[in-house]
Amino acid sequence: MNELLDPLLLARWQFGLTTIYHFLFVPITIGMATTVAIFQTAWVRTDKVVYLQLTRFFGTLFLINFAMGVVTGIVQEFQFGMNWSEYSRFVGDVFGAPLALEGLLAFFLEATFIGLWIFGWDKLPRRLHLATIWIVAAGTVLSAYFIIAANAFMQNPVGYAINEAKGRAELVDIWELLTNPVALAAFPHTIFACFMVTAGLIISAAAWHLARGQHRESMRPALRLGLWMMVIAAALTTFFGDQLSLSMVATQPMKMAAAEATFNTVCGADASFSVFTLGTPDGYTELFSIRIPYLLSLLSTHSLDGCVEGIIDLQGQYESLYGPGDYTPIIWITYWSFRWMIGLGLAHAAIAAVGLWLTRGGREPRLFRIPPRLIWGVAIWSFPLSLGAMIVGWIFTEMGRQPWLVFGLLPTESGVSPNVSGLEVLISLVAFTLVYGTLAVVEFRLIVRAIQKGPATPSVDEQTGRAEPATTVY
Amino acid sequence: MDLAGFDLPTLWFWIVAALFIGYFVLDGFDFGVGMTLQFLGRDDVDRRVLINTIGPVWDLNETWVIVAGAALFAAFPEWYATLFSGFYLALLVILLALIARGVSFEYRHQRPEASWKARFDLMIIIGSAVPAMLWGVAFANIVQGVPLDAEHNYIGTFFDLLSPYALLGGLTTLMLFFTHGAVFVTLKTAGEIRERAQRLAARSGAITVVVAAAFLLWTGFAHGAGWFWPLAAVAAASLVAALLANLRGAEGVSFTFMAVSIATAVAALFAALFPDVMPASNDAANGLTIENAASSPYTLTVMSWTALIFLPLILAYQGWTYWVFRKRITRQTIENAELDQSAAEEAAR
Ligand code: HDD
Ligand code: HEM
Ligand code: HEM
Repeated sequence: MNELLDPLLLARWQFGLTTIYHFLFVPITIGMATTVAIFQTAWVRTDKVVYLQLTRFFGTLFLINFAMGVVTGIVQEFQFGMNWSEYSRFVGDVFGAPLALEGLLAFFLEATFIGLWIFGWDKLPRRLHLATIWIVAAGTVLSAYFIIAANAFMQNPVGYAINEAKGRAELVDIWELLTNPVALAAFPHTIFACFMVTAGLIISAAAWHLARGQHRESMRPALRLGLWMMVIAAALTTFFGDQLSLSMVATQPMKMAAAEATFNTVCGADASFSVFTLGTPDGYTELFSIRIPYLLSLLSTHSLDGCVEGIIDLQGQYESLYGPGDYTPIIWITYWSFRWMIGLGLAHAAIAAVGLWLTRGGREPRLFRIPPRLIWGVAIWSFPLSLGAMIVGWIFTEMGRQPWLVFGLLPTESGVSPNVSGLEVLISLVAFTLVYGTLAVVEFRLIVRAIQKGPATPSVDEQTGRAEPATTVY
Repeated sequence: MDLAGFDLPTLWFWIVAALFIGYFVLDGFDFGVGMTLQFLGRDDVDRRVLINTIGPVWDLNETWVIVAGAALFAAFPEWYATLFSGFYLALLVILLALIARGVSFEYRHQRPEASWKARFDLMIIIGSAVPAMLWGVAFANIVQGVPLDAEHNYIGTFFDLLSPYALLGGLTTLMLFFTHGAVFVTLKTAGEIRERAQRLAARSGAITVVVAAAFLLWTGFAHGAGWFWPLAAVAAASLVAALLANLRGAEGVSFTFMAVSIATAVAALFAALFPDVMPASNDAANGLTIENAASSPYTLTVMSWTALIFLPLILAYQGWTYWVFRKRITRQTIENAELDQSAAEEAAR
């Protein structure tokens, strides 16, 4: 059969692309729901018009984004059955449960209360209306938990037993599934990463206006909030990333070996972390590298004299466990995605901390002779770069799991739908690419336009002197 | 943690049925309203009136199919896998339509240009009509049975799914949802547009009765069993009652009967299916039944408890949402909101 029409390869591309695409919007939904809720709480508490302005301004960005999260999410839900039917048959008994819980507990909640929030401004009492956005925010975090618990099962299967007669994995302990150690570390890591991305968007939007000297009264508080959020979220993301490294080494040592491209088992000072490496294309020979001794040992075991198993040893172990085969992920992808995730993350934390210092006490940012335009320019880039860190993190997680779909249980090639032809997957892949590509352009323009329009001034009730949000209609 | 004595797979068969019933009853009128844009939306204000009748609720209505899909995955993994991989291209088209329609509601009002709005209006109309039709095609195929191999994989082609019976099923849901939507518009608007919606519902209703009767009779004689006939009879009677109520201008009664009609029609299809879930048309032994498609008793027990606790809560807060937005939408509503907005923009200058 034509090599281009390999259903497995196409299905993998499709899943990867559509999931990454879904996850461009999800972090903003998660972080922005909470941000908007915070601004609205401030407004309800203080009655200051500026907080209402910020609520409406970021609320608009949130809604433009939310629509995309919803429509791309439906694709995700259906895709397991459409492209990965053998996988669905094998793990549905286990994996379906968290997805169903997510739907019942989280999606219904979000979808219902988002409508109440958008259209309820003049129909609900103020505090009840405030509660609706908090419920939406809680729903987004809850849905993230369930989907990460589902994903964690693929990284580190727990709470199941294999039913030989039926040839499938069956759930035996839902609690164990939901408290998978990988999920317990990946969930806070991802949530705080989502807050980093949201902080990036807030900083970018605020900096764009401040660089032009406009909307100072609302965009300054927004900038400060964004910077604080970035610093705190980055610290917490790093902390839980460290926890996640530990559980990853315990459950998928191959992933850490691939992240570091260590071929031989190394201990102590030799277990160094390379910041940068140039090697031959196959990755087996190193030409040049910058290394920090002990760091890999610290990351993987939290001690200076720990050992990190190498790819060659692990490959041998896996062969004796699972039979002949290649158990190594694509090294250059895992190596570079791991570095970019950490590097971009740390850079964000550092730059945001500097930003906080430069803008303290109402100052205009000034640093040596650097023109302010450049400083604002750096701030405006924080959104795309934080989103990038998020995406490469997932690419690392998912590609590092290869060749397994469910680690140790189901190879990726055994999960694909046997009866869906390469041509069919090609059709859907092209269709999704075209539709998603078009929507990306539309969405990007709308967001930029909404940002550039800036916050609107709400009308003020003559009698009470209070700002009154207008009736909302589509 | 035991629901002893209960046949859990059968319970879940009916919970899945209930989720699809919820989906078709609720998103059904969303689809209908979307399609009526073509017939009732004479100008931008009219179209906005129509869209705003479902504005606050379309997302929660659509979530029913997401939950139905997830419940299928968790409770009947084999059914989920066979159905979704087998109907691959049909589902792809449904997904693309739902994407187009979903973003349109949110994006349509983001810019004032008429050409921008017209593009999204078209996407709403097509994005509503296509799934309204294809869901009927899909369910007709499930009831009729499709060719499956011994591993329960679908072995037909996309075009095998377009048999006359299946197309009639698609036409039935298309017309049912169209009429359902038109009746919903009579319930949620006032003034001239409401009268036009009432006349539209009367005309489309007449076609719906004929198509639906043909489909239910065909289904009944080919696959009818168990509870099929009584449910189908209620569905037919409710449809007629809904249309009579519409003619007399009793829109609340009419809408209620439409909802009952759709609910019982879907229930009748599930009754015709029972106890199979995905019968094989080539060799009965290859078919999926409630028994061989279901998850383990433990999973079903966990899921049952969750559903028992949360479904009533979900129904309560969704019902409350409909209550909050009970007011009719008129041209005045839209024009006032417009005024508010331009006043605010004036103040900003
Ligand atoms: C802004 C985003 C961001 C930043 C700054 C970081 N991460 Fe991260 N990381 C993610 C965003 C992310 C992510 C996209 O959210 C992932 C993908 C899967 C997951 O749970 O989180 C992830 C996965 C992920 C994994 C893979 C887990 C697995 O496959 O089992 C590890 C080991 C780390 N991270 C470790 C770190 C460390 C040690 C960091 C900092 C020093 C760090 N991450 C910063
Ligand atoms: C939202 C963030 C996520 C991103 C960006 C992401 C990314 C990816 C990528 C890049 C692939 C392709 C890897 C390959 O070529 O094999 C992939 C595969 C896959 N991922 Fe994820 N993933 C995410 C979350 C999840 C979650 C939460 C789940 C499960 C609930 C999941 C399940 C899968 C499955 C089933 C595959 C297909 C099999 C495979 O090719 O490995 N992913 N994902
Ligand atoms: C590959 C696996 C995934 C599946 C099957 C999936 C499924 C879905 C679905 C069906 C929706 C639409 C819900 C609605 O209509 O209201 C959605 C949106 C969303 N998903 Fe995903 N998703 C996946 C990955 C993720 C990940 C990894 C996260 C979080 C870390 C996440 C969090 C969310 C959030 C917060 C929303 C937006 C809220 C909403 O739209 O209702 N999803 N997802």
